[in-house]
Amino acid sequence: MALDKDTLSQFLDALDRFVKERLIPYEDRVADEDVIPPMLVDEIRMMGLFGMSIPEDFGGLGLSMIEEVQAAFVLGQASPAFRSLVGTNNGIGSQGIIIDGTDEQKAQYLPALASGDMIASFALTEPDAGSDAGSLRTTARRDGNDFLLNGTKRYITNAPRADLFTVFARTNPEAEGSAGVSAFLVEAGTPGITLGQPDRKMGQKGSHTCDVILDNVRVPAANIIGGPDRLNKGFKTAMKVLDRGRLHISAVCVGAAERLIRDSLSYAMERKQFGEPIAEKQLIQAMLADSRAEAFAARCMIEETARRKDAGQNVSTDAACCKMFASEMVGRVADRAVQIHGGAGYMAEYAVERFYRDVRLFRIYEGTTQIQQILIARNMIRTAAA
Amino acid sequence: MKVLVPVKRVIDYNVKVRVKADGSGVDLANVKMSMNPFDEIAVEEAIRLKEADKADEVVVVSIGVKQAQETLRTALAMGADRAILVVAANDVHQDIEPLAVAKILKAIVDEEQPGLVLAGKQAIDNDMNATGQMLSALLGWSQGTFASELDIDGDKAVVTREVDGGLQTIKVNLPAVVTVDLRLNEPRYASLPNIMKAKKKPLDEKTAAGYGVDSSPRLEVVKTTEPATRAAGIIVGSVDELVSKLKEAGAV
Ligand SMILES: Cc1cc2nc3c(=O)[nH]c(=O)nc-3n(C[C@H](O)[C@H](O)[C@H](O)COP(=O)(O)OP(=O)(O)OC[C@H]3O[C@@H](n4cnc5c(N)ncnc54)[C@H](O)[C@@H]3O)c2cc1C
Repeated sequence: MALDKDTLSQFLDALDRFVKERLIPYEDRVADEDVIPPMLVDEIRMMGLFGMSIPEDFGGLGLSMIEEVQAAFVLGQASPAFRSLVGTNNGIGSQGIIIDGTDEQKAQYLPALASGDMIASFALTEPDAGSDAGSLRTTARRDGNDFLLNGTKRYITNAPRADLFTVFARTNPEAEGSAGVSAFLVEAGTPGITLGQPDRKMGQKGSHTCDVILDNVRVPAANIIGGPDRLNKGFKTAMKVLDRGRLHISAVCVGAAERLIRDSLSYAMERKQFGEPIAEKQLIQAMLADSRAEAFAARCMIEETARRKDAGQNVSTDAACCKMFASEMVGRVADRAVQIHGGAGYMAEYAVERFYRDVRLFRIYEGTTQIQQILIARNMIRTAAA
Repeated sequence: MKVLVPVKRVIDYNVKVRVKADGSGVDLANVKMSMNPFDEIAVEEAIRLKEADKADEVVVVSIGVKQAQETLRTALAMGADRAILVVAANDVHQDIEPLAVAKILKAIVDEEQPGLVLAGKQAIDNDMNATGQMLSALLGWSQGTFASELDIDGDKAVVTREVDGGLQTIKVNLPAVVTVDLRLNEPRYASLPNIMKAKKKPLDEKTAAGYGVDSSPRLEVVKTTEPATRAAGIIVGSVDELVSKLKEAGAV
């Protein structure tokens, strides 16, 4: 549902204030202690941030795509660890249920995901199946009305605190690639699930990933997203949620870029060398201007694509363009931000050092840059050939 | 008990204010506006009274330009039950003076019959610190100003006041006007779900003329100036040098 103009601006103002007054002041502590303080998690819950993209009927905010990216522009200004906490509930962890889930699945899970009482994880990647996710080896063998799941999932965001996993597993061993894969809703307490040690990551401290090991985990057939009728159609479900996720991540990249630019600009205007603020130096100005123009370009392409998605158009190619451009853009912006800060940019006292490491992830997950390139070019060729 | 909370739309406290070229006031065109921070504290306190079952309805009122509606929506999103907007000006630069505000509030109090009016001690734009006091005089009600603590005890309000050099606790009869100070509480955020819900809460629109109050200004602003820029300091090498410099400057 689209919000009226006043409500949207009130919503974005409230979020902006929350980000500036509550999240940004805690960034250093979250990074140092590698944990988001529980009381802050509660505040994030109260603000409604877990349910932004979940329909109002299920207790969420039901934001349209354009509204969601505007919210992500704001949320992206703070450490990506906060966004990551709510990212799976708003994105890959809930959208499958929203798009393809049965009425029972929606009623059972969406309200708890919207409130943040339940945290969702999306378990697709495996040790030997990353970019080539269709080659995944986790199996789901039928046993009466149930399935038995076996396999290992890798780098699963929020797994250490997850209550609900969407697990992709092969239900048809004969089928080639992604054709024989189903998506299962598996609650964390189900016997046979164990978690690996949290991964020691480059950045985004406070957000955690780990292995999820499935050993004869018994799951009823009714827990296939969309019910038993959607057996072997798990990848189709996954593909449907990708466009939204890519636009969301792209918008987070823009938020981070805008933060990096703001920090760089204020540093450049303060820091004096050769008798004047370095912001007066044209070589510094060039870096600021390049960053500003690129962040602006990404913002525009994301807004345009989000609007077209809301209008019901197919935006797969353009959503991939947004993900590729915005994630690469924020990498360049972060690099310039460190450069503008000089030695200080290499020191943990300045947020740009942390952001430089944090934003590196955006070029890797939810489809690497190379995978986006392949997707974009493949769609171009397919359209031209048709 | 019903609690009435007047809220003012003021320039956001994070905005760097600029004086208009003609010196007639502060430039408010296309500037971010928010609820006066002291009023936010008053709204929070009213909601807490309701949560503690000491009040059963929180009504917020704003007097000013039509855009003050946004301020009321914020109060509704925080948890107020309904809102009254009194349009008293068309130009965002026209300030409604405390006496006019107090007269309109009196008319609303006559209609609504609240047991308590909780107001900010002052608005951060003009720092008048007068509206609450004027309202209590017009109503003939007790008042407790600069509250840092508030408790309702039967038909009395116990108000701890921040006075110079300490705290003073007084007990006043209800109905009363209480104005709140900075340390009373930490206002909650208008959460996103509550912003959506607030859309459905009632907001009545009235006019100053409808209450028979003339809201045109009585005060004339002669001049508005930017604060003087701080003169550059100097770095001294030792305590001795500091003392001698201060002596030179005649400061000690
Ligand atoms: C912090 C973090 C959180 C994550 N969270 C989740 C999660 O919640 N759920 C989940 O399922 N997964 C998650 N992942 C996994 C992530 O999606 C994968 O890491 C990503 O898809 C890449 O897979 P890979 O690591 O196996 O790299 P690989 O696929 O091995 O890629 C290695 C390199 O080869 C390139 N490459 C691969 N194929 C091709 C090709 N055909 N042509 C050209 N180049 C190619 C890649 O672009 C990359 O540069 C997460 C990863 C990280 C690091």
